[in-house]
Amino acid sequence: MAGVAGGGGVGGSNDFQWCFSQVKGAIDEDVAEADIISTVEFNYSGDLLATGDKGGRVVIFQREQENKSRPHSRGEYNVYSTFQSHEPEFDYLKSLEIEEKINKIRWLPQQNAAHFLLSTNDKTIKLWKISERDKRAEGYNLKDEDGRLRDPFRITALRVPILKPMDLMVEASPRRIFANAHTYHINSISVNSDHETYLSADDLRINLWHLEITDRSFNIVDIKPANMEELTEVITAAEFHPHHCNVFVYSSSKGTIRLCDMRSSALCDRHSKFFEEPEDPSSRSFFSEIISSISDVKFSHSGRYMMTRDYLSVKVWDLNMENRPVETYQVHEYLRSKLCSLYENDCIFDKFECCWNGSDSAIMTGSYNNFFRMFDRNTRRDVTLEASRESSKPRAVLKPRKVCTGGKRKKDEISVDSLDFNKKILHTAWHPMENIIAVAATNNLYIFQDKIN
Amino acid sequence: MLRGRRRMECTLDAQSLISISLRKIHSSRTQRGGIKLHKNLLVSYVLRNARQLYLSERYAELYRRQQHYPDGAPLLAMPACPPPAAAAPPELAVLPLPADTQDREARSCAVVRGGAELLEGPVCAAPPELQRAPCRDSSPGFYRAAGSAGPGGGGGGGSSAAPGLLYAAGCDFGTGGVPHCSSRTTVLDLDTHVVTTVENGYLHQDCCSQCPCCCQPVAGGPPFAPCTKRARFEEYSAEHPQDSSNISNLISIFGSGFTGLVSRQQADSEQPLNGQLCGKQALASLGAWTRAIVAF
Repeated sequence: MAGVAGGGGVGGSNDFQWCFSQVKGAIDEDVAEADIISTVEFNYSGDLLATGDKGGRVVIFQREQENKSRPHSRGEYNVYSTFQSHEPEFDYLKSLEIEEKINKIRWLPQQNAAHFLLSTNDKTIKLWKISERDKRAEGYNLKDEDGRLRDPFRITALRVPILKPMDLMVEASPRRIFANAHTYHINSISVNSDHETYLSADDLRINLWHLEITDRSFNIVDIKPANMEELTEVITAAEFHPHHCNVFVYSSSKGTIRLCDMRSSALCDRHSKFFEEPEDPSSRSFFSEIISSISDVKFSHSGRYMMTRDYLSVKVWDLNMENRPVETYQVHEYLRSKLCSLYENDCIFDKFECCWNGSDSAIMTGSYNNFFRMFDRNTRRDVTLEASRESSKPRAVLKPRKVCTGGKRKKDEISVDSLDFNKKILHTAWHPMENIIAVAATNNLYIFQDKIN
Repeated sequence: MLRGRRRMECTLDAQSLISISLRKIHSSRTQRGGIKLHKNLLVSYVLRNARQLYLSERYAELYRRQQHYPDGAPLLAMPACPPPAAAAPPELAVLPLPADTQDREARSCAVVRGGAELLEGPVCAAPPELQRAPCRDSSPGFYRAAGSAGPGGGGGGGSSAAPGLLYAAGCDFGTGGVPHCSSRTTVLDLDTHVVTTVENGYLHQDCCSQCPCCCQPVAGGPPFAPCTKRARFEEYSAEHPQDSSNISNLISIFGSGFTGLVSRQQADSEQPLNGQLCGKQALASLGAWTRAIVAF
């Protein structure tokens, strides 16, 4: 069994340790707001890793083929394509600026040589095609090599153009733009398992789109009250079931999750299942509503469970049991006594995401001070790791971190008051099949891999 | 709610929480990307929770004072708005008041801060939907304190009495029925925390017509004498329609928006209370809020 000194053994196998692999992004202390990473997502094969930032840019990394001469080092991720997905816009009717920040990226399953992904800001979703070009045609009849048109009367002979290799060029082009369907801020997009439709969710509504059709979408959930003064909750996240194309879930700011079946009716305002854990009255505070708001919901790969993240904990729900989660993991319970300060500095509104590993045996989520947490569902072990430049030597094993919650602070522990709340890890992603994780720490992207002893 | 031993700390925190929350709502108006509905909703819940605690602390204090002066000196009286224990709305359920206090409508604690600051304060941020909510020009139950009317009579502190007062209009309005006053009007001086309650049992319309000067606090010791306070809103709003529309703007933005601030469920279950009472209920908190508004 893993009695490991470092790494904690979380990740679904014994003798398991996490090691630093790469870090992307500027080292500069002054972080430009536009460079702050706002979403991270592996594609279905794990060969591509996409990030979106507040400046509206998408950067895609591709995993290099494993190098036979260096069998110990796994494939590294290098920049594959960079493009500007969204630009800032201005809604003149409402006098509102629309941020270009990329809220979510979701990959489509690959169907041909090109890769497709959906990226969204607050208002508009775009379908991007990323394709490679490594050949070009030479020997045209009607134009010269430099592109100038030839005079047709001067052509005396015809030739067949031939394809010649060229340096690899990766092009990203917007193939569809899905706009004007959301009054409120889009928080989620989710591709359906039918690979033809996807949903987009804002604070009050969820729309269903067909990937080929941009001028029309179907509204499938609408929780806007007739009188806005009666508003009590908003939609915070939504996702399609990984296998059942008629099923999706959406979470609310009240800490509840609704599972809807699109077969039951066209408008899914009435849920099929309603997941809610009763509140513990003894822990009531000024901020109970805020910390119970769910910031992320993710189905397990198996489709049997789903995971929700609220401010202090991660909960795993069995889809067959609505009255309480089957597992609850405390992410940073030591913050419960600090909620007042966290409210003042707005940290209490941070929306942390969560993710499953490929086998659904482990889950991961972020915290403050560039800490992120992993929980092994089988062994019930958990570990806190840090994404920092200091521990960024190649293949350096990550040392588990510990937060001292009171009493004497041991060596290597960090006290709650020393935590840097500006260094928050909101976005993490786990490779769909291997133990490779991508952790976004403000403007840096850290990639960690396992090192099996 | 929070336990007793933290109550003092929470009372202070309640006020600062209220002002912090208002500041957040206000600054969200100028944020890039527009007002975030989710965040503002959450902030409104904090506002509601803080207001509940603040009010409950006030009531507790009123009750303690009432115990101290049992003879009902003009200065002090029973708290105006104790909720009936059984039917207390959840947000006021924690009031440490005995059940046999007058079970007049708890929600009649309409509070308006006197003075021009209320109307000139920034109309704080709300989601666009709320800002477009119909203005409640005819909302009853709140009125501008007679800052302009001025305190009558001599005596100490009269001139400063008006601005720092909360007026609780003891009026409630059933749907379709003749509005009638629910027997009391209470004034809480925010600075000295002196409470004055005036009992009355007249019909609202009667009292409005019979007491033309009822809005004026009578200075000289107690801010005003018994039986002179009435909700003159009808007369007043006729004179100052602009003011009441501004007030109702604030109400609809602060108070009636988000049931986090105003609970309509319990209102509906109590009686055919309507949105107007909700406005009053929200207005009950405006005193603290406007103080916070002025503060920033």
